[in-house]
Amino acid sequence: MLLGVASFLIPVLVWCIVSYVPFVWHPLVKITEPGGVSYFKPDTLVERKVFVAENAKMVEAGLPIAAGVPANPIFLPAPDEVAVSLYKAFTTPPRRSGEPWLHESLWHSIQIIFWGFLWSSIFGVPIGILCGVFGVFSKLTEPVVDFTRYMPAPAFGALAVAILGIYDAPKIAIIFIGTFFQQVLVIANTTRKLDTSLIEAAQTLGARRPQLLFRVVLPGIIVDLYNDMRILLGWAWTYLIVAEYIGASSGITYFINQQAKYRIYDNVFAAIILIGIIGFTTDRILAVLGNQFFPWQKNAKPSWIRRWKLSRKEAVA
Amino acid sequence: MSESGELDYRIQSPEVAHRFEQLRARPVILGVQNLSKVFGTHAALNFISFDVRRREFLSVLGASGCGKSTLIRIVAGLETQTSGQILLDGKPVAGPGPDRGMVFQGYTLFPWLTVKRNVMFGLRMSGKSAFEAESEAREWIALVGLSKFENAYPHELSGGMKQRVAIARALANRPRILLMDEPFGALDAQTRAQMQGYLLEIWRNVDVTILFITHDLDEAVYLSDRILVLGANPSRVQEVIENPVPRPRSREQFTSPEFLATYRRISELIHPPNTEETERIQIPRMTMAGDDVE
Repeated sequence: MLLGVASFLIPVLVWCIVSYVPFVWHPLVKITEPGGVSYFKPDTLVERKVFVAENAKMVEAGLPIAAGVPANPIFLPAPDEVAVSLYKAFTTPPRRSGEPWLHESLWHSIQIIFWGFLWSSIFGVPIGILCGVFGVFSKLTEPVVDFTRYMPAPAFGALAVAILGIYDAPKIAIIFIGTFFQQVLVIANTTRKLDTSLIEAAQTLGARRPQLLFRVVLPGIIVDLYNDMRILLGWAWTYLIVAEYIGASSGITYFINQQAKYRIYDNVFAAIILIGIIGFTTDRILAVLGNQFFPWQKNAKPSWIRRWKLSRKEAVA
Repeated sequence: MSESGELDYRIQSPEVAHRFEQLRARPVILGVQNLSKVFGTHAALNFISFDVRRREFLSVLGASGCGKSTLIRIVAGLETQTSGQILLDGKPVAGPGPDRGMVFQGYTLFPWLTVKRNVMFGLRMSGKSAFEAESEAREWIALVGLSKFENAYPHELSGGMKQRVAIARALANRPRILLMDEPFGALDAQTRAQMQGYLLEIWRNVDVTILFITHDLDEAVYLSDRILVLGANPSRVQEVIENPVPRPRSREQFTSPEFLATYRRISELIHPPNTEETERIQIPRMTMAGDDVE
């Protein structure tokens, strides 16, 4: 837990040092007093070399020298600026009417991910399990899946737009393509890792084919399957930005691009960090839920569902 | 008496002889006839034949690699034989089924089911209602003394407890024969001794026939009525020994003359004296200290 916090604190600390300690990096000078330099204006950023050279000229000419403070480039805002814009980004209306608010952009992105991942899972999970269970099926599908997964999903972008139009459908398709092929292989592998002696034990207890699949294979792999899905969901997120570039740019990508165009880099950082926060929080929530769903794991924490069930039984007895 | 003055393992006390007479009168439950298994060019089993009679405890003993695990897996229907037949109550069987319960060496409890649900598994497969299965499962769990743990998950149990659940789970199906493939092999010595005691107790109280695979000589002599010694390369039945140690068994009998005589005989069969000599490795002396060092 402590180390987990530290793993976040260390990069933030580096960021703070770079932002707040004037002699670390700070390659630019922010002009406070233009002095005799004709083109210097307050708040402009100039390179330190230029600043020193111009001041030397002023001294020679006997004119007042310019004053300034060390500064970082505009694309590296300080943590406090980003923190403020994290809040302000939600409260500031968009610059032009018709542009989405940040939360609308985010919600749009989440929907793209959701549908892309859902479609991928609807096909990927059963196919993956079938590949893991039946050798014939695996030999029939896995080579072509393995072949296709090396094709970068964005390569299908133009094709997706041609077939599915420019709105959300091609974006969902890219998430699908990016996730599906990996999903089949990962889940096939997970299924194959199931201890075969469990299947044998079930057979000696009288289980037949369909029962083996639904009473032994599925419950046997469900924990690993769940964890695979968590990793694959992260995978789907990495395809999001590329997917949203396709057709009419939308969602969080559109927001980031617009803010970059306006040179409001605090908002760009805020949006990128938000993606991280959303992804990380979902994963943590899924991890906690997993613990509750699957109380038979070795390191499972006591589950409240199970405690409730046990207490109900005691009440009956 | 043999020439060295020790007891011959073939000499049976009148009570033991009477027991075996009774045993021979009982019906054959499992018949293994000319069973062979060939892997590529290697014969893992070579024309194995034997019978197991009702309520008999038969151990199959052999050095590692003699095919004893293959043998029991074929009987269980988990592997197919190259030739030969498995008869259960006189009828040939193929493929696994609940009439031959199996306890494996590794822990094969379903980790996602509680102890009770594990024991209920076979009962549910045979189409019993949840209510019926649950009350039967409870009885079997009580039989192996784990009533307190019926709602525990397998990972919360010790190795010995897991194997007790596995025995209960196999017995709950009321199999014609219980197949045990080195069931205590993964347990520590103390737990193993305890489990052997449990098993004898269960076998005394439940009408069950047991085919038991082991490589532990003590275990075989302690538990069985008859001991089938398998030789390796090619695997064949070397001898079926009628165990002269009287029942009920106790651990004190480990030093009784009958026990020692049987032990010695099996030991001879499994490790012929000349092979041990050739397999002895030469270890160079790597210490300067003399043998008298304290």
